[in-house]
Amino acid sequence: MWRYRSAFLAGFLCIVATTALTLAGPWVLKYAIDDLTRGVTAAKLRFYAGAILGLTAVGGIFRFLQRRIMIGASRDIEFDLRNDFFARLQLFEPAYFHRNRTGDLMSRATNDLNAVRMMIGPAVMYLSNTVLTFIAVIVLMLSLNVRLTLLSLIPLPILSVAVYFFGAAIHRRFDKIQEQLSTISAVTQEALAGVRVVRAYRQERFETGRFREANTEYVRRNRTLIRVQGAFFPIMGLLMGIGALLVLWLGAQDVINGRMTVGELVAFNSYLMMLAWPMIAFGWVTNLLQRGAASWKRMLEVLAAEPAITDAGANTDVTSRDQIRGDVEFRELTFSYGGTVVLRNISAKLPAGTTTAIVGATGSGKSTLLNLLPRLNDPPPGTVFVDGIDVRDLPLAAVRGAIGFVPQEPFLFSATIADNIAFGVADGAREDIERAAHIARLDKDLSDFPKGYDTVVGERGITLSGGQKQRTAIARAVMTDPKILVLDDALSAVDTYTEEEILSRLSGVMRSRTTIIVSHRISTVRTADQILVLDDGAIVERGTHDELVARHGLYAELYRKQLLEEELAAS
Amino acid sequence: MSIHEEDVLGKAYDARLMRRLITYLRPYKPEVVLATAAIIGHSALELAPPFLVKLVIDRYIPARDAGGLSLIAVVYLAVLLGSFALDYVQTWLLQLTGQRIMFDMRMQIYEHLQRLDLKFYDRNPVGRLMTRVTTDVDVLNDLFTSGVVSVFGDVFTLVGIMVMMIWIDWRLAIVAFSVLPLIWLVTQWFRRNVRESYRTVRIWIARINAYLQERITGMATVQLFRREARDFAEFDRIDRTYRDANVQSIFYYAVFYPAIELISAIAAALIIWFGGGWVMMGALTLGSLVASLQYSSRFFRPISDMSEKFNVLQGAMASSERIFQLLDTEVEIVSGSGMRDAGSERHGSRIPDPRSRLGRIAFENVTFAYVPGEPVLRNVSFTVDPGQRVALVGATGSGKTTIVSLLLRFYDVQQGRITIGGVDVRDMDVHERRSMFGLVLQDVHLFSGTIGGNVRLGNESIDEAAVRRAVDAVHAGPFIDRLPQGLDTPVAERGATLSVGQKQLLSFARALAFDPPVLVLDEATSSVDTETELLIRDALKVVMRGRTTIAIAHRLSTIQDMDRILVLHKGELREAGTHQELLAQRGIYHRLYQLQFKDRELVNSR
Repeated sequence: MWRYRSAFLAGFLCIVATTALTLAGPWVLKYAIDDLTRGVTAAKLRFYAGAILGLTAVGGIFRFLQRRIMIGASRDIEFDLRNDFFARLQLFEPAYFHRNRTGDLMSRATNDLNAVRMMIGPAVMYLSNTVLTFIAVIVLMLSLNVRLTLLSLIPLPILSVAVYFFGAAIHRRFDKIQEQLSTISAVTQEALAGVRVVRAYRQERFETGRFREANTEYVRRNRTLIRVQGAFFPIMGLLMGIGALLVLWLGAQDVINGRMTVGELVAFNSYLMMLAWPMIAFGWVTNLLQRGAASWKRMLEVLAAEPAITDAGANTDVTSRDQIRGDVEFRELTFSYGGTVVLRNISAKLPAGTTTAIVGATGSGKSTLLNLLPRLNDPPPGTVFVDGIDVRDLPLAAVRGAIGFVPQEPFLFSATIADNIAFGVADGAREDIERAAHIARLDKDLSDFPKGYDTVVGERGITLSGGQKQRTAIARAVMTDPKILVLDDALSAVDTYTEEEILSRLSGVMRSRTTIIVSHRISTVRTADQILVLDDGAIVERGTHDELVARHGLYAELYRKQLLEEELAAS
Repeated sequence: MSIHEEDVLGKAYDARLMRRLITYLRPYKPEVVLATAAIIGHSALELAPPFLVKLVIDRYIPARDAGGLSLIAVVYLAVLLGSFALDYVQTWLLQLTGQRIMFDMRMQIYEHLQRLDLKFYDRNPVGRLMTRVTTDVDVLNDLFTSGVVSVFGDVFTLVGIMVMMIWIDWRLAIVAFSVLPLIWLVTQWFRRNVRESYRTVRIWIARINAYLQERITGMATVQLFRREARDFAEFDRIDRTYRDANVQSIFYYAVFYPAIELISAIAAALIIWFGGGWVMMGALTLGSLVASLQYSSRFFRPISDMSEKFNVLQGAMASSERIFQLLDTEVEIVSGSGMRDAGSERHGSRIPDPRSRLGRIAFENVTFAYVPGEPVLRNVSFTVDPGQRVALVGATGSGKTTIVSLLLRFYDVQQGRITIGGVDVRDMDVHERRSMFGLVLQDVHLFSGTIGGNVRLGNESIDEAAVRRAVDAVHAGPFIDRLPQGLDTPVAERGATLSVGQKQLLSFARALAFDPPVLVLDEATSSVDTETELLIRDALKVVMRGRTTIAIAHRLSTIQDMDRILVLHKGELREAGTHQELLAQRGIYHRLYQLQFKDRELVNSR
């Protein structure tokens, strides 16, 4: 915010000028009216009228500048903050997004950011304006009539107490309302994203009930706010009104007693009216400031949160993905997630140029193991190595850049298929995209789409089938020309025939690279150079397909079961 | 990008929209009437002070009448107290009513969303729908609390001021009002420009939100592909455009307010010039001059207020247009006229034993396309008898998933028909028919709540024991028991902490717990390891007994228990029959089978 200091300074000067010019108005009025009571020339009247016009015109220019500069700066700051927010989100590890709901983060980026902007823009502008006007008006009033000023300001202490009380109460309630708005967002998001399940299981009424509950609570919290906030402006109005009443009553008596002229009384009254707006604005500004502060706190929770996975430990000569060969090693890796040990004492070498398959039951830790390689989760120090270097010592850009990762449930973006395939490269040439699509056996599907590669994939790729999504994700990984290709059960929704084709095409591309495949299909893994069998987080067997079959262990059992299935199917 | 673009909408004031908005006030008539009365009363009382000033200056000061002054003070105090009371009543009532109406509206939108067709969801990203439920409704709230009704108050104040000024001195009033055409010009200029810039601002904020939403959801992918810098550049571009649009609109406001003030000063100058002359000639009292000055200065505040509210009004119009557009989206898939009463009233647990209604399921010459002209099913016909187990087989994209979607009537067929027990599904009650099916999708969707809650969903008739039985039947028991709180363990957003296999098991348990007459599995077994899959198949055998089953699977072995196999190819039903019959045909099925079986032969040959 510091770099906007000159803008704020300029804005502040404009406010000073505006205030000064505005306050001169009633002073002119005072002379005009006093002259009127004594008799005056038409020329003098014309001068007063002209003075009022001139003052307002010049004041208007400053007023224009003030708004332009200060609100403009608040938009600039909002812009920076939103960018910072987005940049910060990009640093967070997947676990962060598991802890923080999307709807909640969205609410911070929209509602809270807006409240913060209101705080630094309009609130600061009106606050400066208010404070200046306030001080200047009181000085002017004192110069007109000290006693009357003091009397008319009697309500002021009550006013500040009221502002303080209301401010605090509003602040608390507003916090709770924002919280509930997040809940509403989250509930809605969930039901809408899962609309198929909701429909199939006829949960419309139940989901509506959940929504109604959140909605009712939202209204309830709003009502507690309204009760307090509704009284705010009327009380302000009342207290200011009492000030005006005292001026009129006592001021008129002073005029009668000759202690004051009518012009002075009118000017005094005008000044007091000028105080009304700052007083009301003051309440409004307090409100804005408090909302802004609450929202800023919520934004800071994100902006100041430290990403768990960073480049902080990077201390090697390896700075780019091109320097990575692709040797992977796990060394006595034990890993816990949420208090549960998921991987136990895993050691394995996956030399560059080989294919390693990982087999194991659901929940045996296969995905967890794979996620440690590109540091989606951070492994303990000294456990996961690429080219003999601890992945924690490698820059994220280098290690992730060298890995082509195809997750179980690929996420596609609302863009064309070509854009999705070229997601990981700066400018993908059409022929490269087509080659990647060919390897992933996506080309035939695409030729069936009227728009081919330019077909737009809906939100989360909803118009594609599961298999098409997986194959798009494979093409996306291949497109980056990875040194290490990781397929995390990435062909589960693809039929065996297509799978076979994809794998044979991939093996051509990956000849000198490292490939890691997780699959449940023996047919997928049997040609691998080594197969690791995971059970409850530990490697229980390793070797080639033939070796493992000969060992009559878990793998052989799995294999036997799959054969059995097929034989049963054949019968 | 185009998919996230908010349509450019929004007139400043649209009588049609306004009338429709006003219908929402109807249930709160007493509150609205009372609030309106309070506003009028408040505005009237606000007119009093300048007049009291006039009385003081013209009557009591020259007469040196202290008693009269005290009387004025008392009247003034009464006015203040009355004004305070009315103001509070008005604010409180309006905001309260606003909240209630927003509640009603949110419920209405949400309930409509729960009815809208899947086709609608394919077209509209979740982020956009969220905006309807939250932001758009809140914008409307401003209309109810600080907009419409207070504009009414403003108009009343303006009229009141005019009347008072004319009453005090009509010549001076004409002098003061001579600036009104100027006001009109400035306001017109402002409105025209602000409308444009407001639209632009809305479009870009929608883009920002859509982009943000998607990137947050897909952040892991972004990081894996090191897209951060390029995504940031794109975000920066959108954000920048949004800011520039905002800065543009600041300009109009920055010009407008000083302009109004200048016009107000012109009026004041004219009053002093003319009025001052008349005072000297004795044609006007000083008090009238002062009161006129005060009234005229009060005259311009509501006008700049109204322009501020114009902004609120415009936002509300745009929001309400979008909301109404959503509410007006017709639900195409509705319960047929042949049934008792249509849909929405009978969800969830109150299922009138569907088994009794279950007959033969028949697809008759069904043709269907998600996008017109690109049929994904062509002329498909087949039947499934009650209790029969049917497998849908075919390569990716052959149309299997679509058949399931049509069966559940997520979409309606374009040609041909689907019947159950001889009745066209379009003539049946949507919920009743869906209650016949237990669906297991390939992408398992979990809700926040507990593991157990995800099995029973909102169905209260499924108790703890039933959940337990279902969980055990699909062999999900062991992994659930390993969780810290068992069935009561909370599920992270979208089940992020569970493996795909575990989620799959849960969705099996969910389907089992609902005990449907028809089980529909969409590629459900493909992501589970052999061990687990065998366990599930074990459980399925029990579940399938006496139940119709329609399963999609790529692996031939999982369909061994099926009575019939339907082979789909490029949207057409190419082969149908039992495993043996299909093998004998030596067609597509045979080829798929051969491929699947190659492994075993290779192994055997070694």
